[in-house]
Amino acid sequence: MQVNGEFRPLIVAFCCNWCSYAGADLAGTNRLNYPADVKIIRVPCSCRVNPMFVLRAFQRGADGVILCGCHPGDCHYTSGNYFTRRRMTLLFSMLDYFGIEKERTRVEWVSAAEGAKFAKTMNEFVEAVTKLGENKRLEDLRCKK
Amino acid sequence: MQEVIDTAKRLLSDGTVNRVAGWKAGEFPYDVTPAVFTTVEEIDNGFIYNDFCAPNLSKYLIKESHKEGKILVFLKPCDTYSFNQLLKEHRILRENVYIVGVPCTGKVDIGTVRAMGIKGITDMESDGENVTIHTLYGDKVVPKTETLGDKCRTCKSKKHVIYDELIGEDGEVNNDGARFELVEKLEKMTPDERFEFWRGELSKCIRCNACRNVCPACSCENCVFDNPGSGIQQRAATDSFEENMFHLIRSFHVAGRCTDCGECTRVCPQNIPLHLINRKYIKDINVFYGEYQAGEDVMSRAPLNAYTFTDCEPGIVYERGGNE
Repeated sequence: MQVNGEFRPLIVAFCCNWCSYAGADLAGTNRLNYPADVKIIRVPCSCRVNPMFVLRAFQRGADGVILCGCHPGDCHYTSGNYFTRRRMTLLFSMLDYFGIEKERTRVEWVSAAEGAKFAKTMNEFVEAVTKLGENKRLEDLRCKK
Repeated sequence: MQEVIDTAKRLLSDGTVNRVAGWKAGEFPYDVTPAVFTTVEEIDNGFIYNDFCAPNLSKYLIKESHKEGKILVFLKPCDTYSFNQLLKEHRILRENVYIVGVPCTGKVDIGTVRAMGIKGITDMESDGENVTIHTLYGDKVVPKTETLGDKCRTCKSKKHVIYDELIGEDGEVNNDGARFELVEKLEKMTPDERFEFWRGELSKCIRCNACRNVCPACSCENCVFDNPGSGIQQRAATDSFEENMFHLIRSFHVAGRCTDCGECTRVCPQNIPLHLINRKYIKDINVFYGEYQAGEDVMSRAPLNAYTFTDCEPGIVYERGGNE
């Protein structure tokens, strides 16, 4: 997306309701800065994220997709994020195999107490995706305005 | 092979089974199609087993094993892995199936023959060593090893993992990793080259769904690609995203369950090397979560249905490098 002649990425962040979403809240109440390019989607558990969600986000114009969940071992549903970990490792490896820049996807474990980590992660991720530029390899021209 | 036909007739006439799943000639002699035979006469008239019998019969048993009576099925070594995998997923009624393992020395692939630049093929014969190709422009004899499809050239196993009866000798599992050579070659390329490669291959896709329909792992009764709400339901891919999406999602759905039978590549009318996508998943699973061969047994847990506390983090994909 071009804003005032400058490229701003669109980042979709899937955040677990129990950890990262609360972590984002904490970042807000602590007045920590993170870019407004990040659009948060709340999910009940990081395990709720189907590989299709990631692809769909790219299709509808996202330049980067980040998944945030509870630290392994801290899952509200006991084991959800262990499955996420395997699933997303394989999916990201496959996207890389297809030649799609792997910096566009990331998984980060952020707990409810880690507001600072949330802000830091988002800053870093947005910076990395801004450097890559627009998502050209997984775009759907029909979804472009 | 006369022995296969004799076994079929023996088991049918002594009442062990009431149907036989096998192969019969298709439109062309080299184009063999799966068929079910119910009488000895039908077997005499139509049943064949030769070097062109590549179709994997396991998937047909999902429907056939739920019918009345027992069915006899001939399975090649790689087909028995698919059978085991379906058994593990409770899709086949084992008590309704009588499995006869048939030996296999690799099957001739029409795609490979065409890729050799041979045109106007009218007929093909194989004597086990050489394949005689009759064309409009004369006959041609090539060694059988040169006409094998990619799945047979890098055969993963000659061992039947499940059977009731065996014809010939059982072989060995082949663990030399030769089947991952092309995957490794692709991994060594830069992302730009890989992207170009897959764009070149996948843009040929006409979304005929043959790969999905033939795949023993793709046996859901309601497929995501039939869902009108999915946006990618039954239709030709309309842009590059959909082509990528279809193959990414389809391969992900069979990840950890794909036995690497290679049927997807064999049936692809556009000759897209689809098995390279599935093999990448198999390779990744082997590297990240330990050696796993889907269909090897019926008890082990599928890698994506299991976890350990010490699994690698998704960041391993970045650490692997290769993007610079």
